[in-house]
Amino acid sequence: MNKVQNNKAWFMVLPVLVIVALNAVVPLMTVVNYSVQDTFGNNVFFFEGTRWFSEVLASERFHGALGRQFSLTATILAIEIPLGVAIALAMPRSGFWASVCLVLMALPLLIPWNVVGAMWNIYALPDIGLLGYGLNWLGIPYDFTQQPVSAWFTVILMDVWHWTSLVVLLAYAGLQSIDENYYRAAQIDGASRWAVFRYIQLPKMKHVLTIAILLRFMDSFMIYTEPFVLTGGGPGNSTTVLSIDLVKAALGEFNLGIASAMSIIYFLMTLLVCWLFYTITMQGEKS
Amino acid sequence: MGLEWMAWTWQTATFFIMIAVFLIGMSIWEMARPGGDPRTGVLGLDTTRGDRLFISLLTSAYIHLAWLGLATGPLWIATILSVIVAVAIFRWV
Repeated sequence: MNKVQNNKAWFMVLPVLVIVALNAVVPLMTVVNYSVQDTFGNNVFFFEGTRWFSEVLASERFHGALGRQFSLTATILAIEIPLGVAIALAMPRSGFWASVCLVLMALPLLIPWNVVGAMWNIYALPDIGLLGYGLNWLGIPYDFTQQPVSAWFTVILMDVWHWTSLVVLLAYAGLQSIDENYYRAAQIDGASRWAVFRYIQLPKMKHVLTIAILLRFMDSFMIYTEPFVLTGGGPGNSTTVLSIDLVKAALGEFNLGIASAMSIIYFLMTLLVCWLFYTITMQGEKS
Repeated sequence: MGLEWMAWTWQTATFFIMIAVFLIGMSIWEMARPGGDPRTGVLGLDTTRGDRLFISLLTSAYIHLAWLGLATGPLWIATILSVIVAVAIFRWV
């Protein structure tokens, strides 16, 4: 049977196209325009060509922010993925406690980013916060407002607290979809716990873990609110990741050309990761 | 509402017009001679013509950035490189 082609459906997506055009395409075009010009305000612009791109690509400040961004993302992934899988494996498969665990896991995900930042800011303050005061009381020197290592530790801990649940829920969904017969067969063969994980659970979780890794990669790569509220990018520049640096350049220094060039480079990185995410997911579904 | 705030230049306008021309051209090509189902290329990816255009544009953006960051010659060399890579992508990817 031939498919009926009805082009009226295009009108149904027209409102979405108009909204996307207004809130994404037009601002993006403006950013591209700004990225090749300089301005001192009053809508007076001077053409600069690719100067800002060359400057950004050669700037140590950008390299630093990019390096910190990748370090943060890599650390977050290295902790959250194994931890999320471990928690999912430890959770009960059914019954009352399974529901309790799921609700508890979902709770951090429901808290807005700026609230998480504010919460951890108070929690980690060295003089009144439970974490900060407790660590100092134990003799561990800790002050996230003064020491870069403490600031990093707090940012990572905060992200792990906020987002490991997402990995847990995805891994748990993957585990739930495994047929009971696989476990019975493994039991009959006398397979060890590790062998069950390595040859049954991990391959079955492959696709959800791919999604988890890519989601966490993208989210942590675009992270802004939480570290901004917690540390404001400090002490010094130690927790200034790409997005924070971008806002500093655009709004703090009103350096629109540099900020626009940074935005485009940042956008291209995100676009590449999105494309990889989409491609891997689609190829995975097909296979 | 004027468009002064968007700070248009003829160079950036040409850039966006070229992308629009690519999209319209691809649509006309698709209507005239449909590309059919995705095909598997040398990278093992299943791609349609639209996917190949996207990959070509993204690759060309990275080639230009790499040129600006690493090389010292004129930028049009990066553009020529991008065109060669795009042809290769359309042919083999």
